[in-house]
Amino acid sequence: MQHLIEMSGIKKSFAGVVALQNANLHIAPGEVHAIIGQNGAGKSTLIKILTGVYRRDAGEVTINGTPSTVSTPREAQDAGIATIYQELSLVPLRSVTENVMMGYEPRTRFGTIDWKAAHKRTREILERFGIDIDVKAQLGSYSTAIQQLVAIARAVSLNAQLVIMDEATSSLDDQEIEILFSVVRELKKEGVAVLYISHFLDELYQICDRVTIMRDGQTVGQRVISETTKLGLISEMLGRDPEEIEAAGMTGLGGGEKAEPGSSLFEAENISTARGLKDVSLTLRKGEIVGLGGLLGSGRTETARALFGLDGLKSGKIDAHGSSGQIGTPAEAIAAGVGFLTEDRKREGIVPHMSVRENMTLALLPKLKTMGMVDRKRETELVERFIKSLGIKTSGMEQPIRELSGGNQQKVLLARWLALEPEVLILDEPTRGVDVGAKFEIQSIIREYVDKGLGVLLISSEFEELVEGADRIVVLRDGFSITELENPGVTEEALIAAIAHHHEEAAA
Amino acid sequence: MLDTTAFDLRRYIQGNNHSLGVWITLIALIVFGVMRYDNFGGSYNISSFLNYNAMFIVIAVGMCFVIMTGGIDLSVGSVAAFTSVVAAYLSPYGIQVALPGAVAAGLAIGGLNAFFVVAMRIPPFIATLATMLGAKGGALVISGAQTISIDWTSNFTKLGLEKAFGILPWTIVITAIVVVGLWVLLEKTSLGRTVLAIGGGEDASVMMGLNVTRAKVLVYVLSGGCAGMAGLFLASGFGAGQPLEGVGWELSAIASVVVGGTLLTGGMGSISATVAGALLLGLVFNILNFENGRGVISLSAYWQMVIRGAFLFAVIVFQSRVASTAKKGTI
Repeated sequence: MQHLIEMSGIKKSFAGVVALQNANLHIAPGEVHAIIGQNGAGKSTLIKILTGVYRRDAGEVTINGTPSTVSTPREAQDAGIATIYQELSLVPLRSVTENVMMGYEPRTRFGTIDWKAAHKRTREILERFGIDIDVKAQLGSYSTAIQQLVAIARAVSLNAQLVIMDEATSSLDDQEIEILFSVVRELKKEGVAVLYISHFLDELYQICDRVTIMRDGQTVGQRVISETTKLGLISEMLGRDPEEIEAAGMTGLGGGEKAEPGSSLFEAENISTARGLKDVSLTLRKGEIVGLGGLLGSGRTETARALFGLDGLKSGKIDAHGSSGQIGTPAEAIAAGVGFLTEDRKREGIVPHMSVRENMTLALLPKLKTMGMVDRKRETELVERFIKSLGIKTSGMEQPIRELSGGNQQKVLLARWLALEPEVLILDEPTRGVDVGAKFEIQSIIREYVDKGLGVLLISSEFEELVEGADRIVVLRDGFSITELENPGVTEEALIAAIAHHHEEAAA
Repeated sequence: MLDTTAFDLRRYIQGNNHSLGVWITLIALIVFGVMRYDNFGGSYNISSFLNYNAMFIVIAVGMCFVIMTGGIDLSVGSVAAFTSVVAAYLSPYGIQVALPGAVAAGLAIGGLNAFFVVAMRIPPFIATLATMLGAKGGALVISGAQTISIDWTSNFTKLGLEKAFGILPWTIVITAIVVVGLWVLLEKTSLGRTVLAIGGGEDASVMMGLNVTRAKVLVYVLSGGCAGMAGLFLASGFGAGQPLEGVGWELSAIASVVVGGTLLTGGMGSISATVAGALLLGLVFNILNFENGRGVISLSAYWQMVIRGAFLFAVIVFQSRVASTAKKGTI
């Protein structure tokens, strides 16, 4: 069978640093193909070579059997390769129709845009994917999921043969992911191939046919996904023994000595806020991880925001061990020994222009001051220490943080909080958008600090992470804390049941 | 063997590639001037050049702070006009009253900007546009739209004429103190880093417990104070309060900041490069004046502005080229 895309023996270095040394990728027409690998494995470099962003140093690329001459993204698009980025490259202030038709608008006899025909065509294109929305409305008025689907629709309407989806689901909720998957299946039916990049291995089993595994700039395997296990994929990706991984548990959170929890650090009693938190109570003790379970919109992030002083309390009270008064601002929360690693790393976490060093020490600056000046020597020592102990991969502490991979950015942010030596750390989706290897490392770091007495409030959409990691799980629903599950003994089934059961109750 | 000093220079250049272009151009222009014109490098020209451009430099470094937070201060030119009148009225009481008076007036208007932007959450462009018009009107009201002569008998005149410690005019010395002070504030204090963090990501800064409100208030007050100081220099340089001056100064200041490689969106910036940018803009006029003085060509002030605009554009293009080359590591 002739492959749609055939990349073989691809080599690429940046300023002497090898990014790809022997990478191969074979995509058959109409298949859903995944690429997995740790950050830095070379996934995005390989894709950028395919889409004409980078030029390869060596190797062959053929599209439909003919050698590719693609050297710019525009040429890739003309060759039938469309890329849907995590950050959408659409115009949110313009209508759906304009976004789909831009550059290819139907014209009237007089050369003006034929809006009637444009709207009609846009509606037809979207209907193929079962999307029924007002095409005249601003694109930005729709959810990210719909926007992503519009981007896909545009790509397909331009006769794409291959749609590349880079972390397409990372900002979608379960329902939206389902819609996206049905679109992927629809594409497949029409003979369009999809190249799918995701850190969520579970997703791959739902929609992918084959998977290419990369490690250290090389392709280490190509598998038919129905013939492999998750453990097998992970071990190949990390280059480690499957048994070794199984013994350590699938996440890095478990495996710690479950010591008796210490004294109480933090108590929230019947708190409610204007952001939809109705009545949540929880306690956190020294040296334990308390998980917040629940569906999207159940109040997990809202609880974290309230505890960190971002949203004012309407009622109830928070008792932080380290503070005498109420916590009303993030600065007060930090002073009381509370840290908050937010879910939105790009907006609320990193300061992109700043270096790794500056990002790591921003929250710590008040403590690094001597006579109003930043103590550069102490700062440098501290940053060096954390880069080493957390295994942050960077060319140096002066490298701008935006150049780091997601997992390493997250480690810098984690170091930012750990450097404050907090008593309580709130972690909102600490491993989202982070590759499997870095995920394991981040989880291990968290466990290490918890064993030393840190209290962690963990929010995670991955039940596995909660079930293995948390000592207790507080289950939330519609802004209420409804029950508490205690480890050991919690299973994913039990957690799901707890969430679902109470939903049934609510419905009854 | 790697020469360690050369290595450090290389590191420094790569770390500061955003302002490399402005330094190269500035040095090139100075070398050009010294070689082409007699007296260009003479102490009289240097001293009068710096004396005249001092007000643009202090305004530009104040503006730099505002821009680094992602804001803008359009009121600086009008504030300088206003405080030049204030300084002229206070000149009979001597410099010890006129200086704090003019600066205080500038700080007050800066405080008003801060109130609008921080407390009322009005976009900086709009808020400072309003105070720009207000301060301009205020300058005309208190002066009756007349230039207000300074008191030539008081020690106010010493500011621009007498040399501090017999070396440089006081204006230049004060400017140097302001520049060094603000450089330390930006590079060495946590407040400076907070300013950059706000420009880079305001939400992230709030989440880290940084005092965003305080820093934002500070930059507008600071910019107002700098403009107030510039007004003092204006009155001293022209011997009168100038209610009609200051038009377009905010744009020159923004140009100095941008030429220095500071991002208009905030988050990145340099005081030294801003000073270099302000010097560069002044130097273009200085050189054109010398060129006119040779008697071969005669460019009107209007043509000089056109040339300065073209030159500014060329420097910014050059700057971005240099920055991207340095980043790739070929320098």
